[in-house]
Parts: sequence; C-alpha cells; structure tokens
Amino acid sequence: MKHRYLPMTETDKKEMLAAVGVQSIDELFADIPEKVRFQGLYDIKEAKAEPALKKELSAMAAKNMNAKQYASFLGAGVYDHYTPSIVDHVISRSEFYTAYTPYQPEISQGELQAIFEFQTMICELTGMDVANSSMYDGGTALAEAAMLSAGQTKRKKVLVSETVHPESRDVLCMYAKGQNIEVVVVPHKEGVTDISQLNELVDDDTAAVIVQYPNFFGAVESLAEVEKAAHGKKAMFVVSSNPLALGVLTPPGRFGADIVVGDAQPFGIPAQFGGPHCGYFAVTKKLMRKVPGRLVGQTHDDEGQRGFVLTLQAREQHIRRDKATSNICSNQALNALAASVAMTALGKKGVREIAVQNLQKTSFARETLKQNGLDIVFDGPVFNEFVVRLSKPVKEVNNKLLEKGIIGGYDLGLSYSGLDHCMLVAVTELRTKEEIELFAKELGDSHE
Amino acid sequence: MNNKDQALIFELSQPGRVGYSLPELDVPEADISSLLPDGYVREEEPELPEVSELDIIRHYTALSKRNHGVDSGFYPLGSCTMKYNPKINEDVARFDGFAHIHPLQQEETVQGAMELMYDLQEHLKEITGMDEVTLQPAAGAHGEWTGLMMIRAFHEANGDVNRTKVIVPDSAHGTNPASATVAGFETVTVKSGEDGLVDLEDLRRVADETTAALMLTNPNTLGLFEENILEIAEIIHGVGGKVYYDGANLNAVMSKARPGDMGFDVVHLNLHKTFTGPHGGGGPGSGPVGVKKDLIPYLPKPVLVKEKGVYHFEYDRPQSIGRVKPFYGNFGINVRAYTYIRSMGPDGLKAVTEYAVLNANYMMRRLAPYFDLPFDRHCKHEFVLSGKRQKKLGVRTLDIAKRLLDFGFHPPTIYFPLNVEECIMIEPTETESKETLDAFIDVMIQIAKEAETNPEIVQEAPHTTLIGRLDETAAARKPVLRYERDLQNA
Repeated sequence: MKHRYLPMTETDKKEMLAAVGVQSIDELFADIPEKVRFQGLYDIKEAKAEPALKKELSAMAAKNMNAKQYASFLGAGVYDHYTPSIVDHVISRSEFYTAYTPYQPEISQGELQAIFEFQTMICELTGMDVANSSMYDGGTALAEAAMLSAGQTKRKKVLVSETVHPESRDVLCMYAKGQNIEVVVVPHKEGVTDISQLNELVDDDTAAVIVQYPNFFGAVESLAEVEKAAHGKKAMFVVSSNPLALGVLTPPGRFGADIVVGDAQPFGIPAQFGGPHCGYFAVTKKLMRKVPGRLVGQTHDDEGQRGFVLTLQAREQHIRRDKATSNICSNQALNALAASVAMTALGKKGVREIAVQNLQKTSFARETLKQNGLDIVFDGPVFNEFVVRLSKPVKEVNNKLLEKGIIGGYDLGLSYSGLDHCMLVAVTELRTKEEIELFAKELGDSHE
Repeated sequence: MNNKDQALIFELSQPGRVGYSLPELDVPEADISSLLPDGYVREEEPELPEVSELDIIRHYTALSKRNHGVDSGFYPLGSCTMKYNPKINEDVARFDGFAHIHPLQQEETVQGAMELMYDLQEHLKEITGMDEVTLQPAAGAHGEWTGLMMIRAFHEANGDVNRTKVIVPDSAHGTNPASATVAGFETVTVKSGEDGLVDLEDLRRVADETTAALMLTNPNTLGLFEENILEIAEIIHGVGGKVYYDGANLNAVMSKARPGDMGFDVVHLNLHKTFTGPHGGGGPGSGPVGVKKDLIPYLPKPVLVKEKGVYHFEYDRPQSIGRVKPFYGNFGINVRAYTYIRSMGPDGLKAVTEYAVLNANYMMRRLAPYFDLPFDRHCKHEFVLSGKRQKKLGVRTLDIAKRLLDFGFHPPTIYFPLNVEECIMIEPTETESKETLDAFIDVMIQIAKEAETNPEIVQEAPHTTLIGRLDETAAARKPVLRYERDLQNA
C-alpha cells in the first residue's frame, strides 16, 4: 500500500518479517480469536487524494455562514474578538502542536515555560494565587470547582445562580449526579442573582455558591454580597469569569473568591463551533494541593539552572488513580498557548483597552437600540452583552438579519422561561459603529 | 542559537511597548465610572508583559526550539500513539467555515459543519462496530466518564441500583479508576496473570451482582491482545454488568477486530491518538463514545440526527444522561480526525494497523537480546521491556530514558504499566520508517552496552540537552507556580 503517511516499502516489510520470524503480517494477528476477527475492509468512504479532499472539505466549510463574512452579534459564552496574527503563527510551530504532555522536562522546557507563563497571566487577571495549566472548557471547569468545594467542605449541596451559562449548569448537574451532590438554582431578579433568595437558600450544608461575572445576561453581579452570603455559612465562593472582562472589572480575587474558573476563548481562540476552547482554573494558596489537572512549577537542574517541571502530581490520576482529585488527563495546552500569546500581545495596556472598548460599545449599542424603540429588558450595568425584547420570535428576526449580512443574537426563550422573544445581544470591539447602527435599525424596523 | 536560559516573557517587559493593534474606538466614549458600579472598576493593572510583536515572536520561537515534537524526531511513547500529524488537517480546520462558526448559530446556517460531524459519526460506528456515537466528550478520560454515567443510568433505569463497582485490570490507565470514582463508583482491581492477560479466575472472583462494568483496553497496556475477550465479556454479562472499551489502543486493531464484535457495550476513542488530532503539548483532544443499541437512549444530548437530508440537534431525549460539555464537543479536533479518515480510506486504515504492529514486533525482536522481555509473544502496536537486567548494574530505567535524550529521541513511556518492574513501553506507530526504527534500536543497544561497561554515562545523562535533570522534589516541596518579580531576584 502506497500512502504519503506510510513509509513502509515491500523491501522493508520483507526484512522486518524475517527479523520477527514470521511469513506474513497476518501471523501477528493470529491471537485474535477467529470469532471476533474482522474480515475484509471497513465499509467507509474510499480515500481521496489531497487536492480532491481539500476541495470537497472546502465546499463543505463554505456551506457554513461564518463570522468572517457576517457581522456577528452572537455571544452567549463564545465571542468574536480581535486575534493578533501572531497567535496562529506561534501555535503553528509544530514543536508545540506535535508534542505530548511535557513529561520529559529536559526536552519540553518550551511547553513547560509557556504554561508557567499562562498560569501567571491567569493569576494576574483573576487576582488569585494559583492557576492550573488549563481545563477542557469553562463549563467543565465550573463543574470541577463544585466537586472540589464538596470535597473540601465535606458538604453535598451547591447553589448556582440562574444567571450562570445554562449549558455550564447542565454540565454541572451531570458531574453533580456522579458525586451525589445536590444542585440548587438561585433565581435571578432583574437579570442578576437574587441576593435575598440566595441568603435564604444558603445554609450549613452548602458547599459552594457559584455565580458568573459578568453573568449570562452580561450583567455585573454584586460579588461583595455573594461573598458575604457564601462565607457567612463557610461555603466556598466560586466565580466563573470571562477573563477578558477582567481587564476592566475588579478581579474576583479582590472580593475573596476561593475558586475562579472560566474560558480563555476570548483570548485568541476561534469559536470553531464550540470547541476546543480553553478552560482555566484558579484558586487561593490554601487550595493549591486540591486543584484538578496539571500544574507547572519552577525548579532548577543539577547545575542550578532555572527550569520548569510538572509538579504536585500526587493529585493526579496517573499517580493517585481512584483517589485522584479529578480524572482529567488531556487538557487544552495548545489553546492555553494561544491564549498566552494573545494576552502577551495585548499586554498590560491592551487588555485594559480591549475591555474598555467592549464596555463602551456595548453601552453604545444598548442606547442605540433604545433610541430605535426597542425594549431593553434589564437596566443594570453590563459588559459585552445585554437583553432586548422583540415583538416577534427571535428566529424570525434573525432570519431577516442574515439577509443584511448580520448574525443576530441568542434566543433566550430557548433556556429561560419568561424571556420569550428576548434576544441576548453581544457586542465586541470588532463591531463597528456602522454595523451596530445597521443592526439597531433592522431590529427597530422589525419592531411593532 | 539556543541560550541555556530563556527569560520569562515578564522579564522581557519594558513599560511603553505594545504588541497589539486595536481598532480606534468609533463610538462616543462614556465615563467608565458611569458604566460600572462603584467598586467594580479595576484599579490595579494586571502584570501582563509589555513587549513588541517581534519580541513576542522571538520569545516563542526560542521556546519552541526548547521543545521536542513528532516533527522534531522519533517519539515512541507507549500508549500515546505519537504518529505523524498531517498538515492538510491543520489547513482544513482553519477554513473560515469551520474555524469561525458559532455553536449557537441557527442550524440552517451550519449545515456543512453538522454534515461533517454526522459523517464522522457514521465512520466511527463502522470502525468500532457500535450502533451509535456521540462526539461530545472532550478527551479520553472525559469519554470514560461519559460512558460510565450512561452505564449507571442504564442500570438505574432497570431498577438495578446496587451496582456500585467498576472492575479495572491492574495494568489499566490511571484515568480508568479515576473516571470510575468521578462517576460515583468504587473501583475493584482484577489481576493480570503470568501471561500478562486478565486472570479469568480472579475476574470470576470479583465479578458479581454489584458489578456495574468492567473497563478494558484491548490490546491491553502491555500491547497484548486479550485473547479470552469473549469469555471475559461473557463473565461480565453473566452477572449483568457492561463491558467498557478504552480505545486508547485502537491503532492496534483497526480492520482486525472491532470492539463491537468483541462484546463491548461502550467504547471511547482518542481522536488525538489513532486519528491524528495533534497532541498539542497535552491537548486539546477529542473522546467520542460509541454504544450498543440498549444504551442509545442514554446518550448525552443533543443528539445529531438527519431528517430528509437536513441535519438537526435533537434535545427531546427523556432518558439522556444530560450534557457532558457545553456545545457539541471539540469540533476542531473532529475536523482533523475526519480529514485523516478520508485521507486514508478503508485500505489505508487497514495498512495503518498492520504496519504499526509489524513495526512494534520488529523492534521488540531486535531489542529482546539486550533487555528483559517479560512477555515473549507477538505484541500488537506496542510492547514492554523490563530494565531489570540493567538495574542490577546500577542503571535504572529512568537513566536509560534520559540517555536517549542525548541522541535526539523522545524516550518511551516508563514505569507504566505498574505490573512490570522497571518498565519500558515502546510504541513506534506506522508512520516511522525502518531507518528511524533501526537508528533507535542501535542507540538502545549501545545504552545496554554502556550499562555494562560505562554505567556512569547513563546514570548522569542527559549530557547534551540545554538543561540537566531537574530537581522535582524541590519543585514539589516549595511550589513556585507563577512568576513573581521579587521571588526571582531573591
């Protein structure tokens, strides 16, 4: 068989079979019982040559409307942000993307140092002491935070705000079921966590109080009040946060958060239909030895030279097996690298500037929609997103918008009762004034 | 040129430099304090670096040179399937229509992406012999947990609530018992026999009416095919349990034996291993799960369906375990895996397995005279050696691994599986040429000789790397997990 990925020649094969002492490759499979042996070939599509396959897949991709062609006002946890060109150039270095987990530190210093830098940047943005090397995504990171809290407090109930991403809450419920943890939803009031309900629900059995900041509706939660409620009952205070927003928002660490999680997708990671993105997980020093996943630490070699290694591995599945703090093995290292490069490019000043632009543009969009006669649902301060009530089904309006080259917002009626005909509108720094005005006009025109 | 020390990006920072280019703010600017509540405007700036674009590229290029990937050289890491990562995969995954689509777009606008997912599922069903596949799990361990949660839901739906145990062999990957714990099960270990295979007698002893499932890799982590697989499945099914296939080693059996035909009820695959999604320095992966008919109702939702040529996500699945991940899985990795499968076709995938297995057997036979071979029979895609003989000479397996670095090879997996003393686990994959295998074999033979004649050179290895052996004890005793300026100067 000739194939560009398979270097074996007939001569190689002959020599190797002779060295093994068999006549044919089939003999090497003789230990597979006859009854289970697969005969013949898989009934799958025939191989395609490189040019033809590329053409076919390019046509398949072209069937999808994408954010490079359309002005997107869709967010809901995944955002269309500025990605510096260098990000893709760095992660395309194949010394990074074709490497395994850096278990051999002498020849993996590049990856290890990059992760160490990523951990530092996440600590800086969140205001926390320790961050790990990444999680699958923000949703599973949130679920792991709940599990860590239950383990740490030896309590079996978590409170999660209704304003946390609905899909993350679904994932949380799945993990909670495995661990027999009860999940109680704290309702929202006017688009933010209802603090009086929270105070009623939190009790001595509560392992954690989980909120999102900014929340699913884009609103800025009152972390100070949530902290009081959580710590008042010695529960863990867990915040899920968009790290880009923390360029302008006071970091959760400043409010006494015990665990901060989220997704670094806004930093240089394309939407790619929902994954892979890049979860992050940050904690206080006290919880350092309970963190799930890989941690990189600084050390030195036999000559005193600075170097980096995977450390505190006694937490992990390959050492501790059924007693591990989590079952996570693969993480999102390459996307953590992408996020690191984006955070580095933005740097101290840029991360503030991009966050402020998002804040300003969201505010401008909200005002412009209001002026176009639309009903803004919640009044409070928002970042990136806000809710608008339409007079028609969101889907109908979104279909119209597509004709104007716009991908409309998220239909909140799909996940919240009482929010039928409500659209969650996302505005990033990439949306121009003209696009925002066109969007506002189209929504206004659809309004009756 | 490679410096011994590469400064941290924070140490390269100079106030006033920037590495970004944001659009001008084109909307009227409001006072920030009017847009956010009191106390919620960040006061302290995060200590992110201030560097120019060239500084950034130089920094990361320098880091990349301090890293070994498959593209740098041979990477025979057992159980990890470090095969070549095709470049067309990378190109396709970056098409705008795949990279820049939002998961919550209306279905009519992403039919191409859904078509790819659907067709990938169809291909994986045929490859595994299972009845349905979900692409939602993000990685292998995540797939394990997803599969176990489905098994749990299945037993619960049958009122079978006392099935609290999951059996795993002593040679299993660490994720198996860890996933069982996260899914709320207790782990029971079944021993391997002298022959390296599951000890049937011990399996009969531990399997009972409390068994929810057995998790098994086949071939197992020793690279040996569990030839009693039908009997194993019968024992577990006989007590009412389910049999779970850890697909980490699927590269060994494509077109030779399908999990679905071996009696497995649930399968996870590691698309970043067998199907060339790159490992990325630790991830992202993708861990689809396949199931037999009776478990289909429990699949995570949404389930991708095709009706009259239109693709649709179905949420109305009353018995579904729920959602294991936001959105639909690691689509970007799935695109790469699909591209690979379509590049190989049925003949290609068969050749993949045949060559992977021939390569492994060839290496094993050539190395057998120099190292202990605990299981002297044909292996599948990987094999284990024991460094017992060298240990007697004062040279440990770790030393052998470090010595390999001097020759530009990534070492094999070491000290795993746990049931082999001084274990060395080698997986060459099918994409390596005979010349590469021979070069590695020659070096291994040289090291075996050095252990006898000049053990110090092995014990003190590596000699040629930029950095020597690192003090892992110091790293764990006083962990430094982030950069802090004062700490570096201290």
